[in-house]
Amino acid sequence: MADSASMKAREEAHWAKTSRLMFTHLGVWFFFGFIIHMFVVPLNKFTIPIVGFPLGFYMAAQGSLIVFVVMLFMFARQQDKIDREFGFAEED
Amino acid sequence: MATEASASSSDFIKNLGKMYGAYTGGFIAFIILLAVLEQVGVPNKILGYLFVFFTLAVYAIIGVMTRTAQVSEYYVAGRRVPAFYNGMATGADWMSAASFVGMAGTLFLLGYDGLAWVLGWTGGFVLVSILIGPYLRKFGAYTVPDFLSFRYGGNFARSLGVIVLVACSFTYVTAQIYGTGLIASRFLGMQFELAVFAGLVGILLCAMLGGMRAVTWTQIAQYVVLIIAYLTPIIILSTKQYGIPLPQLTYGQAIADIAAREQQMLSSGLATVAGLKPHIQPFINYSPLNFFAIIMCMMVGTASLPHILMRYFTTPSVREARQSVAWSLLFIFLLYFSAPAYAAFSKLEVYTNIIGANVGALKPWIFNWGELGLIQICGKNAGSIDAIIAACKSIAGHPGVVRLQDFVINTDVIVLSTPEIAGLPYVISGLVAAGGLAAALSTADGLLLAIANALSHDVYYKMIDPNAPTMRRLTVARALLVVVAVIAAATAATKPADILAMVGWAFSLAMAGNFPALVMGVWWKRTTATGAICGIIAGFGLCLFYLVTTRYFPGMGVKYFGMTSLINPLTGAPLVDIAKAMALPNAMESFPTLAHPLANKIGWFNLTNIACGLLGTPLGFLVIYVVSLLGREPSKEMQAYVDDIRKPRGRTVLEEKTT
Repeated sequence: MADSASMKAREEAHWAKTSRLMFTHLGVWFFFGFIIHMFVVPLNKFTIPIVGFPLGFYMAAQGSLIVFVVMLFMFARQQDKIDREFGFAEED
Repeated sequence: MATEASASSSDFIKNLGKMYGAYTGGFIAFIILLAVLEQVGVPNKILGYLFVFFTLAVYAIIGVMTRTAQVSEYYVAGRRVPAFYNGMATGADWMSAASFVGMAGTLFLLGYDGLAWVLGWTGGFVLVSILIGPYLRKFGAYTVPDFLSFRYGGNFARSLGVIVLVACSFTYVTAQIYGTGLIASRFLGMQFELAVFAGLVGILLCAMLGGMRAVTWTQIAQYVVLIIAYLTPIIILSTKQYGIPLPQLTYGQAIADIAAREQQMLSSGLATVAGLKPHIQPFINYSPLNFFAIIMCMMVGTASLPHILMRYFTTPSVREARQSVAWSLLFIFLLYFSAPAYAAFSKLEVYTNIIGANVGALKPWIFNWGELGLIQICGKNAGSIDAIIAACKSIAGHPGVVRLQDFVINTDVIVLSTPEIAGLPYVISGLVAAGGLAAALSTADGLLLAIANALSHDVYYKMIDPNAPTMRRLTVARALLVVVAVIAAATAATKPADILAMVGWAFSLAMAGNFPALVMGVWWKRTTATGAICGIIAGFGLCLFYLVTTRYFPGMGVKYFGMTSLINPLTGAPLVDIAKAMALPNAMESFPTLAHPLANKIGWFNLTNIACGLLGTPLGFLVIYVVSLLGREPSKEMQAYVDDIRKPRGRTVLEEKTT
């Protein structure tokens, strides 16, 4: 009984942490998917030195995409760390 | 026997790097060989055939070699595909003819606003990984309807899942087969209908014998071809023009040059203020609402499309499923962040060397595409110099040089013509054709498999004959694959008019039908079967209603549902005069042309029907929430299963009978 209670607690703590990670990434996703592009006109006033892109255009054409790729590799590691912490990760 | 098979298959996995490395090297050697053949005078047509048949033969050989008689191999490739390779396969699965051929053209035409598609077709993978994919992998499903059925109480939910899956995948696969026909007919001079069925044979050879297993290993081979084909021309072009082989960076300069040239064209009368759409100016083709609505629908649609989700059922573990999503997006990113470079280089070429040129002095590559009706100058197909001169003479007061308003280009030409624009040998054009074909075939394979699997596994095995022996299940699966493929090819051969818009619609339909039920099923234990079923019906129904009404019954939409004309984002004027259009019964049904990036003329809130998922999805969530709260909470067992799905460790929830 105590065992199943501690299991329950572990599951809840694991899920709370997983949810927090999910919302963090969802927030970053929303910022780079939408919010930043709402400011494209003011951002276009800045030009990236050397390569010459207007910043607003660049964010939609490359910047946000790079963020998404990096985010996904980070997420895979972070979620794995959470799973390991609570002993819910698969064996290697 | 079983141990022998598993030993040889683990050897197979270990040697993947060597095998695909050798394959890639072989492909590059093949390109060089053809380049040499071209130099010694082998005609272009033969080179084109060699390219297409060599690559098709390789896919077919892989398809035949990886045939299988095991159910779990057929449906989920034995769940042994390493994250990296599954990422590559997903990349090919994802990038369709529309991405390979059409994306750069869309960006050429729409400038900044076209980036909605680039963002939408990449960012969705974030949602796949954090919300849905890995959990479905842990669940252990063969198909997406499997999950719906288990979580939401049986076959009614399953059949809804099958309906959503078929609705969004069938239109999409038709567009792919159409794409193979288009590319084959253009490069090989085959008749379009014939080319469609030739493409079909290629698709079937890959998918039929080995199901998911064969499709996976061919898709990796197809990814290699398509990415080499996509990047080679612009890398050469960038090196030639800017001295650096990184087109993704050098096109910043091209964009600045385009902006300068736009001003010059305006001041010298080559373009009018009304006709010129500055390349980097936002929100002149889509209103801000439609721009962000398209991004949202493409992203959420990505996370709901069954043929993408099922790719993550094939990894060995939940952990690898997550890593695999990241690899997928990296491989997809390579193409998508290069597409704007194609658009910019082409646009600069057109603006500097065609606009303002004397009509008698145009470069010959234009005529190749003009003959096919893909480039028009002065309102006529630009088939030859004489035709252009005659056409321009007939316009009153024409200055004798090509003005912006005289020039019309089909968006498909941008990628296909870049090798010629850059003055590259024909072998590069052949390579691009092979790449486009690989993109169309790989996506078609994935989609066909998704549809056929839903019909054979969900409808036949789970609903009609649960006691069917393995052999019969696989036979039925293969037969259905052929039937679906033939129906799709027959549909494509009729060249349906709405084919491009259909791809966009597929995303919205998948989003409205699947997303709320999948996310709530994992993330909210309290979700009940009744709630989910009502939510799927309401969300999918509203999306479908908006799409069909605005596209096919606009008169009814205005009369009974309070729809109004969409607004032209540039001028703020309505697209149609409703009072007039109502008097003429067909005025609103004519399909907006390619130059107009919206797929409907009337609607609610000025919303394009490509983004109809934006109406259906919130309703779906709301209905699921409210109806679930009204009912009794799900059983303890079901809640325990949901807990199991959330933990990567342990056995899959659903254990399929595999023998």
